[in-house]
Amino acid sequence: MQIIRKRKWFYALALLIIIPGMISLIMQGLNLGIDFTGGTILQISIPGDVKTADVRGVLEQMDMANAEVQKSGDQFYIRTTELTQEQTDELMANLKTEFKDVEFLSAESVGATIGKELTRNAILAVAIAAVLMLVYITVRFEWTFGVAAVLGILHNVLIVLSIFALLRWEVNSDFIAAILTVIGYSINDTIVIFDRVRENLREKRKENNEELINRSVTQTINRSLNTGITAMTTLIFLLIFGGETIEIFVLTMLIGFVCGTYSSICIASPLWYDIKNRQAA
Amino acid sequence: MQRNTSIAIVAAIIAVIGVISYFVYQPLINNMNLGLDLRGGLRVVLEAEELEGEKVTPDTIDKALGILRTRVDALGVKETDLYPQGDKRVVIEIAGEDDPEAAVNMLKNTAQLQFMDEEGKIWLTGKNLVDAQAQMKRDSTGEAEIALEFDKEGTKLFGEATTANVGKPLIIVIDDQAVSAPVVQGPIMDGHAVITGSFTAKEAQDLAVLLRSGALPVSFKVMEKRSIGPTLGADSLDKSVKAGIMGLISVLVFMIGYYRLPGFIADLSLALYTILVAGSMVLLDAVLTLPGIAGFALSIGMAVDANVIIYERIKEELRWGKTMLAAIEAGFNRAFWTIFDSNLTTLITAAVLMYFGTGPIKGFAVTLSIGIVASMLVALTFTRWLLVLFANITKNQKLYGV
Repeated sequence: MQIIRKRKWFYALALLIIIPGMISLIMQGLNLGIDFTGGTILQISIPGDVKTADVRGVLEQMDMANAEVQKSGDQFYIRTTELTQEQTDELMANLKTEFKDVEFLSAESVGATIGKELTRNAILAVAIAAVLMLVYITVRFEWTFGVAAVLGILHNVLIVLSIFALLRWEVNSDFIAAILTVIGYSINDTIVIFDRVRENLREKRKENNEELINRSVTQTINRSLNTGITAMTTLIFLLIFGGETIEIFVLTMLIGFVCGTYSSICIASPLWYDIKNRQAA
Repeated sequence: MQRNTSIAIVAAIIAVIGVISYFVYQPLINNMNLGLDLRGGLRVVLEAEELEGEKVTPDTIDKALGILRTRVDALGVKETDLYPQGDKRVVIEIAGEDDPEAAVNMLKNTAQLQFMDEEGKIWLTGKNLVDAQAQMKRDSTGEAEIALEFDKEGTKLFGEATTANVGKPLIIVIDDQAVSAPVVQGPIMDGHAVITGSFTAKEAQDLAVLLRSGALPVSFKVMEKRSIGPTLGADSLDKSVKAGIMGLISVLVFMIGYYRLPGFIADLSLALYTILVAGSMVLLDAVLTLPGIAGFALSIGMAVDANVIIYERIKEELRWGKTMLAAIEAGFNRAFWTIFDSNLTTLITAAVLMYFGTGPIKGFAVTLSIGIVASMLVALTFTRWLLVLFANITKNQKLYGV
């Protein structure tokens, strides 16, 4: 496979998503959920032909006009600023008088300080994980592999962030778990290819780095695709049948896994080639 | 090894895995410690409020947890988990109550008892209490009261308080609220007192428990609260388990379709692997949450990956013309460090996640870590053994997809 010759195209494709994504991220930020902003989300189900406007009517009577109401099937999501228990109870009581058979599904209330800690911990976790991986790969391989692998991961994280920023998908604490899973998966995927490069290097054949990378990727491509396909199959089943609660969580991982499989072959491996060339020059 | 012996061992392994899967499945499901998102319940994160001059230390939180545990037991709140989070927080998870909100509101009462005179001087506090019991009033109101008994120092202090305030009210304050203000008839020296007021029997009992367990060293405010109705929890569990099983079956079918005989061996390994992971979760008393199920799904992917790496290697070795056993040997030796390095880097992420994550994210990291370790163990021992056994039975390379 001629990975190295086409690498400029691969880099360009990545930038095509990442640049608009980062612009959107800087201009309008992410669509943060209550885990980050603080607030209350009430999830209820009302059978029958009830519209969001009807539910909003109840909220307006209670001076909660700036609450957001979303409908999906029989389920309603009511998102407001942080409510006390009394206010939640009152809201539930009013909804019960207004509509028949209101069923309580879930309520979440998060204080605003929690979100700041969550962001801080997430960034810290990613940074520490990156440093530890860099150290491990430097010890077991060579620092050039470590840098290429971590840049590959950065690519995946930026792509996922870009998609969330561009499509305005809501970011919650599950998102952080999903991103970290993506990091775990992509590093695993990249290391298998680098392991083959390391092994081929030891053979001391008369080949240049371009041939070396192309050969290593070709030798491991079956494994890359088969593992990618099986992991993605499981995720697709979870996405279709796993229910709404984990939908965004699974979708994030799915996007990340596609990126991870792609970037191990098309980003991290060519990057190692470029870093190695620069080192030689 | 003899061909017949190998057949016998393989048959025995298949039978054992089949039997274990069949009999262990239900007990495992029943003993699995399900997270609140899967069975419904309330999760509240409380943060200790720092007063000026009083720093909240881990010791304060430890004490508070001890008191909260006593209260949970004494009040009989069902299926409750209490644990610290960070330096200043306590998490309460309640799964077994109809009205968990009420239970939390009761638990988080500071229950600071004070006896105050009209001038606002505090004579003694709940610190000097040895016992508090609810009893019915000796009149026909049907109301209850709480009998208090003080320790030695409390008896002395209460004696002094009643001596100094004869004919005047002595105000009983609980959490900055006056509960009752009886007028002192005469000095009480025996260390007994009664809190009257219009309590129902239940209120009096609960209050007695709070007083008996002692006051919390700090007051707590609610930082985060999530409650999941039982219908949603059961629904999520049902759906994700079904989705997980469908995903697993499709992986099993893919492995046989693509890798033939080794694919079948991979499926046996995956069955053993699933039992191992579920078993360790039960033994370690780990909590299975919704993200945890996703973590499990991911670790199945990694278990498959270990097999894929090994088989691709063996295929390569076979193509270079090695004999079956030599190819298996060489394939494993080469695959070992690949699997080791790739899984260890993922384990690093899982460990970081376990350290920084809270609640559901932690559950996810735990399942993932257990999964990675189990997958390495199974792939490097059990799978290898099976491959050698099968190689003794048949050396037909077509069965290996070459």
